[in-house]
Amino acid sequence: MAAINRDEVAHLAQLAHIEMSDDELGRMASELAVIVNSIKSVSEAAGDDVPATSHPIPLTNVMRDDVVGHVLTVEEALSGAPDASDGRFKVPAILEES
Amino acid sequence: MNTETILSFEEAMEKYDPVLGFEVHVELNTKTKMFSSAPNVFGDAPNSNVNEVCLGLPGVLPVVNRKAVESSILIGLALNCKIAEHCTFARKQYFYPDTPKNFQTSQYEDPICYDGWLDVELADGTVFRVEIERAHMEEDAGKLTHMGGATGRIQGADFSLVDYNRSGVPLVEIVTKPIEGAGSRAPELAKAYVAAVREIVKNLGVSDAKMERGNVRCDANVSLRPYGQEKFGTRTETKNVNSLRAVENAVKFEIQRHGAVLDSGVKIIQETRHWHEDTKSTTSGRPKSDADDYRYFPEPDLLPIVTTAEWVEELRATLPEPPAERRKRLQADWGYTDLEFRDVVNAGLMGEIEETIAAGASAAAARKWWMGEIARRAKLADVDPAALGVTPAVVVEIEKLIAAGSINDKLARKVLDGVLEGEGTPAEVVQKRGLAVVSDDGALQKAIDEALAAQPEVAEKIRGGKVQAVGAIVGGVMKVTRGQADAGRVRELILATLGVEG
Repeated sequence: MAAINRDEVAHLAQLAHIEMSDDELGRMASELAVIVNSIKSVSEAAGDDVPATSHPIPLTNVMRDDVVGHVLTVEEALSGAPDASDGRFKVPAILEES
Repeated sequence: MNTETILSFEEAMEKYDPVLGFEVHVELNTKTKMFSSAPNVFGDAPNSNVNEVCLGLPGVLPVVNRKAVESSILIGLALNCKIAEHCTFARKQYFYPDTPKNFQTSQYEDPICYDGWLDVELADGTVFRVEIERAHMEEDAGKLTHMGGATGRIQGADFSLVDYNRSGVPLVEIVTKPIEGAGSRAPELAKAYVAAVREIVKNLGVSDAKMERGNVRCDANVSLRPYGQEKFGTRTETKNVNSLRAVENAVKFEIQRHGAVLDSGVKIIQETRHWHEDTKSTTSGRPKSDADDYRYFPEPDLLPIVTTAEWVEELRATLPEPPAERRKRLQADWGYTDLEFRDVVNAGLMGEIEETIAAGASAAAARKWWMGEIARRAKLADVDPAALGVTPAVVVEIEKLIAAGSINDKLARKVLDGVLEGEGTPAEVVQKRGLAVVSDDGALQKAIDEALAAQPEVAEKIRGGKVQAVGAIVGGVMKVTRGQADAGRVRELILATLGVEG
């Protein structure tokens, strides 16, 4: 796994909608590099015969029956919304330009 | 406005070989959502079918809907897929207001169903095999309404309103492998493929399968390459083409558009296109870019799904007969011509006719009633024939009354009136309305004698050998008996009365 460089951090920050200063980008690049290296050593320890783990708890098939349960009222649903109109969440225009 | 030049379809087909690919999203009709117990209901008041999980509030835990998993496996089996013994969920990250969590819970590297195929029959009977890459489980997004601006479209909107009722509704996304070799049948194949998928999920009972409600949605990928070239051309993906006709038209348009772009020496841009039903054309959406870097990772809040052979076989045992096979079998059993059968299928009455025949009617009688009188009344009432209120049992009983000579065709229509007005079974309606055919010769003879006395000149003509004049007397008798006489019997009796050989 290649080391994380500053451009990649900037790219990720943009994808995640996180504003980062130049200083922060540099610092994060070196911190993430350490993490990547740590993960690399895990990959070295696990041979090809060890399947990837998607979850730390060895359980499967935790499922529920298809029965209607808890539902919020419209008022409850909208109670945390910064803005609402007509029973719906109101959000700013999505496209910045036409 | 679309000012793009396009080739004629014929010219595009002369020069280029189309390659297709489809992503069809099927909304499941489970009672609850994929990962929450909030109701999955269409058309309710906005944001009335949500809870904390569908709204992506902090600290909530999703739990998988077992029925949705089973419906997904059924779809996979019906598409001849392999069912993964072990599969996981993944987060697909993107920012858009219809997705409150800022990620969609989906499947990535290990879909629950993979490597299938579907034989699609074109109108002329040609069978085309479409290979299925995968069918995976995921959740639907909320519904955005763009406000302000001129057209209600996203462009120029002042703000948008979000209804999260659809957020978290179980989806199965069915992805084909690249479809090669369709040639000029490509648009037709596109339509037939989506129609076949829709029919399958409807037949399985796992989706309401109404395209107009977005239960089945298609993204159509099209690319062109010169004949003989193995490498695929650059593709475009036309999004949310939401009727069968639109699927056909969108594929056709993109083939024509690609052809013109390639002819002019320009490269196709890999991008999403939006289909416009009004202009029957597509316009550019956003280009594939960073926004498509979804940074999938395994969903830490959900555990893997493990399918045992026992579970899968249990589900396989519940699979209904595939629609295409069922149609072939029924047409052969009923002895309908291709045209008759196609009309029945297009009218959506195959099931009703099948039940009517099973209840004891002949194939010809079942078709006569459903495609004739019942379809006619349904059209007048502007409802589906199946929803008119006539049951197969009613048709069978009316047919039996006709066969027994109790009523004739004309009276049968009056019996149907009575049944539809809630007066009871056909036999009860005959009783209550006094609709039985008058078969008592004594009563008929009286009416005949009166009719002959009323038209002595006609009686004289018949005696003189003009047998065809008997119609006037029969008409008189039918009038007196309010249509309740057996016309054939009346004719016999008239001729006998006048001593004339029929």
